[in-house]
Amino acid sequence: MVSDTGRARGARSTRSKLDQALRADKDLKLVAYIMGGHPNRKRSIEVGKKLATSGVAALEIGIPHSDPLADGPVIQRAGQAALEHGINVEGCLEVAAAIAAEGTPVVLMTYINPILAYDPRKFAAEAAQAGVAGVIVPDLPVEESEPVAGWLRSASLDTIFMVSPTTSAHRLQSICEHSSGFVYCVTVTGITGARKEIPAGMKELIQQVRSHTELPVAAGFGISRPEHMKALRGTADAAVVGSAIVAEIDKGSDPVKLVKELLKACR
Amino acid sequence: MSHPERGRFGPYGGQYVPETLMGALEELEDVWHEAKADTQFQLELAGHRRAFVGRPTPLYSATRLGEHFGGAHIHLKREDLCHTGAHKLNNAVGQALLALRMGKKRIIAETGAGQHGVAVATVCARFGFECTVYMGTEDMRRQSMNVRRMKLLGAEVVEVTAGTKTLKDATSEAIRDWVTNVRTTHYIIGSVVGPHPYPEMVRDLQRVIGDEAREQYLSVDGKLPDVVIACVGGGSNAIGVFTAFLDDKDVALVGVEAAGEGVRTGHHAASLVGGRPGVLHGSYSYVLQDRDGQILPTHSVSAGLDYPGVGPEHAFLRDAERVEYVAVTDKDAIAAFKLCTRLEGIMPALEPAHALHHAGVMAREYGPGGRILVCLSGRGDKDMDSIDGV
Repeated sequence: MVSDTGRARGARSTRSKLDQALRADKDLKLVAYIMGGHPNRKRSIEVGKKLATSGVAALEIGIPHSDPLADGPVIQRAGQAALEHGINVEGCLEVAAAIAAEGTPVVLMTYINPILAYDPRKFAAEAAQAGVAGVIVPDLPVEESEPVAGWLRSASLDTIFMVSPTTSAHRLQSICEHSSGFVYCVTVTGITGARKEIPAGMKELIQQVRSHTELPVAAGFGISRPEHMKALRGTADAAVVGSAIVAEIDKGSDPVKLVKELLKACR
Repeated sequence: MSHPERGRFGPYGGQYVPETLMGALEELEDVWHEAKADTQFQLELAGHRRAFVGRPTPLYSATRLGEHFGGAHIHLKREDLCHTGAHKLNNAVGQALLALRMGKKRIIAETGAGQHGVAVATVCARFGFECTVYMGTEDMRRQSMNVRRMKLLGAEVVEVTAGTKTLKDATSEAIRDWVTNVRTTHYIIGSVVGPHPYPEMVRDLQRVIGDEAREQYLSVDGKLPDVVIACVGGGSNAIGVFTAFLDDKDVALVGVEAAGEGVRTGHHAASLVGGRPGVLHGSYSYVLQDRDGQILPTHSVSAGLDYPGVGPEHAFLRDAERVEYVAVTDKDAIAAFKLCTRLEGIMPALEPAHALHHAGVMAREYGPGGRILVCLSGRGDKDMDSIDGV
């Protein structure tokens, strides 16, 4: 059930750090995703810091879960590897703190059960302490979001909710009202993972979202190539690239090279 | 009776799923409520239950088993006599009719023991749906006969190699398929688990077990049983038989989970006995998890009970102390399997063999004259290989 405290946030006078960072000027903004603790904790900090200073607008850090329902094989495997290396919520918060120190806004993405097990109030407080700007929980729809979202807001963290191509008009409005920082527009019906083309209908979906909110709109899931950036420029404020970057890290290559190529296509 | 408020049983239940599925859950809830109120739908469902599933299933007096356990009266609700060999078809038929109403062309399912997979493949053959069943590598090995049955029925069986390669991982993979193909596909979940409206809807489709059993039991000598016992993995046969008795305060209800090698060893699948509340596969309920909220691997000789979660209504009934939950080991379940086969000429599935063992324990407590009803949720042919290996 949506609580009143959940609605109150809609009209905010000042824009959050994320909101400012992700708003497209003439260029499309890029958000890069890495899995905390992948391939191990030390390397994820090194890669994260490099990416944070490579020109991306924000960095998304995943906290692994044993059963990630919204993730495709690349991110599933990365999460599994990170868990096998012994990472947990606490370790990911430390990774996030080290990367956030570079100054680029950091967003955490994880599932609800690790947050519940950690204690959501403690999680919110410690994430804020670590310098995290916002949190995305893909299995927490707005209807189930209280009291967790309230605690995140109390810690001055942005709560980013997702809209998808199957989201109905009445839910679209509610999702936009509950979101802060930006609205995450899932461009495909499906799970994370690189795809060849951006689906038709993406433009219309983003336009619909814009009719409900002033927040920046980021497009994610399936986005991996420079031509995707070109297709999104002028429509979305930002693009989120995850699996393609994680796959580079998996190979042992430097993901900054891919990010530079993508950034070139954002301009 | 516990009436869910917005899909909740007390604090349990809910819809913890990716946004992409929210529209489909809303549609399913609407269609289900319409269908429930539609006489035509109810008549159609009743017709399929009679002629296709083979209902009502008999209530059987297991006199030799009763004598063996010291003279108590033990009755078995014979869900093993349902077409395809288990109670799972009750749910599959109902949801197939809903999929027709929604105009979906394709059906997906997860399966552990393969009984739900076979039931779904069966209704897909019967009603002409395209069918994909997700099953873990480990379960495909120990339930190979059911894999062959599903393939003969025309289903595609997709091997799930992730994680523990059992029911939990098959369910996660089925949900991912659904997120991707939600516009054309209906997901027939096999138990009273998952996001709202599944726990409530699957209960309503399975409660026919208890509704029949209560009436049959009363018609024998006008009294109700002292205790009703059922095995609990996700918990659909148990909810199915318990629901009719929830308001009968003098009838004790006992759910039997899989203790595997023993709850203390950590190698078990007893979520209610050995777990704590958390979110798995879209609902908040008791879950076997580590301190970081990662889902733990489970163990049970019975593939159908080998699951780290349990239906949210069971979590509610546990906390409300209306149902007592216990756990029975692999070893005791296998002994009960053999005992029932030899004494009654009925080979139970390994899942209800857990309940049969506990029926023996309770029979000794009650003594002669004790009145025990056990839900015999399925037949045991599928378990021949698991039994031979022991």
